[in-house]
Amino acid sequence: MDIAVCIKQVPDTTEVRINPETNTLIREGVPSIVNPFDENAVEEALRLREKHGGKVTVITMGPPQATEALKQTIAMGADEVYLISDRAFAGSDTWATSYTLAAALKKLGKFDLILCGKQAIDGDTAQVGPGIAEWLNIPQVTFAVKVEVEGSKAKVERLLEEVNEIVEIPLPAMITVVKQINEPRPPSLKGMMRAKKAEIKTLSAADIEADQTITGLKGSPTRVMKIFAPPQKGGGEMLSGSADEMVNALVTKLRERKIF
Amino acid sequence: MLDYLLTEEQIMVRDLARKIAQEKVLPVRAELDEKEIFPTDIMKIFAEADLCGLWIPEKYGGFGQSVMAFCLATEEISRVCGGVGVTFAATGLGGTPILLFGTEEQKQKYLPDLASGKKMAAFGLTEANAGSDASGLETTAAKDGDYFIINGTKQWITNGGEAETYSVVAITDKSKGPRGATAFIVEKGTPGFTFGKKEKKMGIRCSATRELVFQDCKVHKSQILGKEGMGFIVAMRTLDMTRPGIGAQAVGIAQGALDESIKYAKQRVQFGKPIISIQVVQHMLADMATQIEASRALVYSVARLVDSGSKDFTKEASMAKLIASDTAMFVTTQAVQILAGYGYMREYPVEKMMRDAKITQIYEGTNQIQRNQIGLALVKESAKK
Amino acid sequence: MDLRKDPNEAANWKGIWVFAEQHGGNVQNVAYELIAEGRKLAETLGCEVCAVLAGDDHIESKCQSLFDHGADKVYLVTDPELQHYRTAPYTRALTQLVDKYKPEIFLIGATTTGRDLAARMAVRVNCGLTADCTGLSIDPVKKILQQTRPAFGGNIMATILSPNHRPQMATVRPKVFKKEKIKNPKSEQGNVIKFKPTLKPEDLLVKILSIVKDESVKVNLQDAEIIVSGGRGIQDPKNFKMVEELAQALGGAVGASRATVDAGWISAHHQVGQTGKTVAPKLYIACGIAGKIQHLVGMQGSDTIVAINKDPDAPIFKLATYGIVGDCLEVVPALTRKIREIRG
Repeated sequence: MDIAVCIKQVPDTTEVRINPETNTLIREGVPSIVNPFDENAVEEALRLREKHGGKVTVITMGPPQATEALKQTIAMGADEVYLISDRAFAGSDTWATSYTLAAALKKLGKFDLILCGKQAIDGDTAQVGPGIAEWLNIPQVTFAVKVEVEGSKAKVERLLEEVNEIVEIPLPAMITVVKQINEPRPPSLKGMMRAKKAEIKTLSAADIEADQTITGLKGSPTRVMKIFAPPQKGGGEMLSGSADEMVNALVTKLRERKIF
Repeated sequence: MLDYLLTEEQIMVRDLARKIAQEKVLPVRAELDEKEIFPTDIMKIFAEADLCGLWIPEKYGGFGQSVMAFCLATEEISRVCGGVGVTFAATGLGGTPILLFGTEEQKQKYLPDLASGKKMAAFGLTEANAGSDASGLETTAAKDGDYFIINGTKQWITNGGEAETYSVVAITDKSKGPRGATAFIVEKGTPGFTFGKKEKKMGIRCSATRELVFQDCKVHKSQILGKEGMGFIVAMRTLDMTRPGIGAQAVGIAQGALDESIKYAKQRVQFGKPIISIQVVQHMLADMATQIEASRALVYSVARLVDSGSKDFTKEASMAKLIASDTAMFVTTQAVQILAGYGYMREYPVEKMMRDAKITQIYEGTNQIQRNQIGLALVKESAKK
Repeated sequence: MDLRKDPNEAANWKGIWVFAEQHGGNVQNVAYELIAEGRKLAETLGCEVCAVLAGDDHIESKCQSLFDHGADKVYLVTDPELQHYRTAPYTRALTQLVDKYKPEIFLIGATTTGRDLAARMAVRVNCGLTADCTGLSIDPVKKILQQTRPAFGGNIMATILSPNHRPQMATVRPKVFKKEKIKNPKSEQGNVIKFKPTLKPEDLLVKILSIVKDESVKVNLQDAEIIVSGGRGIQDPKNFKMVEELAQALGGAVGASRATVDAGWISAHHQVGQTGKTVAPKLYIACGIAGKIQHLVGMQGSDTIVAINKDPDAPIFKLATYGIVGDCLEVVPALTRKIREIRG
């Protein structure tokens, strides 16, 4: 199977803070990581390769430092990686990003399956995967918690709000995965050695024959008007006393509020 | 931070072992200890990460035969759990006789599976009546044509029952005294080779410790390591080689205990301030940290000495094991003291570390034996002058 | 549609549409919530609020409920293939509807269905899509939609615009806005516009094989009025029983922090937070939950928040209406007992 995985290098958002005075992000000292859901996607691709044979290609659209993220996937076992990078891509929203990644995928060849993480933990949109599927005109399945490939079809279990849904789709297709699908493997020493020696190929806008009127900031339908710190909610009341005393006080207050 | 001038590869090994220990071992170490569960899944993860073959040459699928790399990995793993650490390291102990004394066929047959982590190894020397006094061995291997029939019981063997490959020392000719023992490779599943019950231990409880029971176990002479009569030499050279590894395990356990002590002392407030600001506590931490660093420095030096191809490191290896294990016991005991009431509770990790540390002063040659070795080496050296 | 191709085009795009997501013939609450908010936006813009209801023929009976909750118009999109949501036929049908009737704004609930659908539609229709909004307003001068949403795991808020593309699409978090039942004169006039989409064979390639129910999910978390959630502080997975008993005593649902779901203590359907569900019940009781921001963004809209935690410095206490510093294992059963006592 020829599997492609689209990943994103993101700041570790459990560490990100906003400066409430300037309303800008404090990025210093915040490590860059492979988007966790994308790690699950790479892991799933590797498992499918182990089961069905084939090749795993990982791509990312980003600045030059995103090669670090690609190297991590090599250390996990990815066969080929490409950085899709060009000044023309700067400022892309999800629409332009999905276009650019789709153009790169088209250029790189025919894939049986495209895997993406459910969402990036910085943008939190979950829009790029489906966008890629639309550009490539292939079926999509989102929120996959289990993927089984049988010949030219895939059986996918989706994690919905209250139930799980099992669907069958023809390949090629695009699938976004949730965290519960697998445990990403740690890198291996041999993988890390390969990653260290690897020379990452960069593909520019011209290399992927992208229509530069619809890439980057120019090609993005959405614009960020402003960024600000989330409002701090006011504190409440701390109860005190023994466990029983606090419980009694709480129940009284909740009844006053007519909650039950 | 003291930089031990590690190579890039060594840093890679250390960081990878640390990452896996943090992500995969830390969440389960208490449960593994509580329920005495053998860390099978974790061993698989080490295998997939290519960490099992650090002490094996590339020729046999290993990462390059580096005692230093092996020590780095063992230290990082033991920092999180001494039981997982010894499970990891014991394959090195069981496989080193093959590395040092195996024929090319034997190495080709056994080392690749150990390097890939597909199989584990164990070292069978100790018996009920032969601990420090190895000459008290009672397990016999009687010659029978091209075969040897092994009878006897080995005691307290780490990875016993879980490993597939065993290096076993048995008496082949009692009359020859120190030259009367022979080392054999015995595979799990060989008829006549069974295991005793799993021992209940004070610490390293996830590690499997079992008796090896031999009843008319027939082994072909091609399974001999080295030559007939070389058994004790095989054992002694193996122990010399692997003592730095146990030193590393002890350093790791101690470091983990120091980390917990500092973490606790920073947030525990008594008398209006965090206890880490109290001089008494700082002195305790200072002594702990200094001893750990000294032990670490000696362990690494010896590891490098071995890797440099030196044939003469018995005394130094003993010193490393001695100081590191005494340090581990000292540091973990102090750690429990610093965490005080909390330190005594099973909910907090340091009491386990103290229980784990004790064995490092006992196995692979008790620290009394280590002192014997060092003393004798000093005598020998002075006689030359 | 890129307005820059023809500056006169903008005037053709009018109206606020709301996707009336339905499962098994039941319109989801988020649709009513968005219609209510849509009405406020419509006032500023001077336009209509239209619900878009898609399904098979049986869905027609649900039009009334959409009028009852404030829709001025309902676009009824029917085809047997639309009975259950699938990406391709829904994208095809709604894109054709959008192309024909040209809404200036299209709001969709940020549910698994909504996010799956909107992301695909936005590319096909060539418009801007903002995900997971928690605030909507109209720029009074430019008359365009200002879409506010959390990013970076909830650490920052961003306000997004789609100035040059129509429709301006946004997925909106459930439970952010409140639904409203009204006496709607429009419903009497029967403002239902029927639309039959032209589906293509390539739209029908995905088959739904089966639905797997999660036995532990007894109450729809997002609709629950009372939620009792467990975090790592409950110490052991078996203590979720204690959480469940409190939830039962209150007639509520059980929620969970990401840490407990990751540790396998409870299924992901219970997860509340940035990558889980957003809830805004009348009462949210957090047991042994530290209150990392990724959790808070999932429940900060709750009316009353009670936090029980051993650690007095736990961030959740900053948000809680009532805070109890104590051992969950003691406090929660005590609370359950007290409530059972009162309720008899």
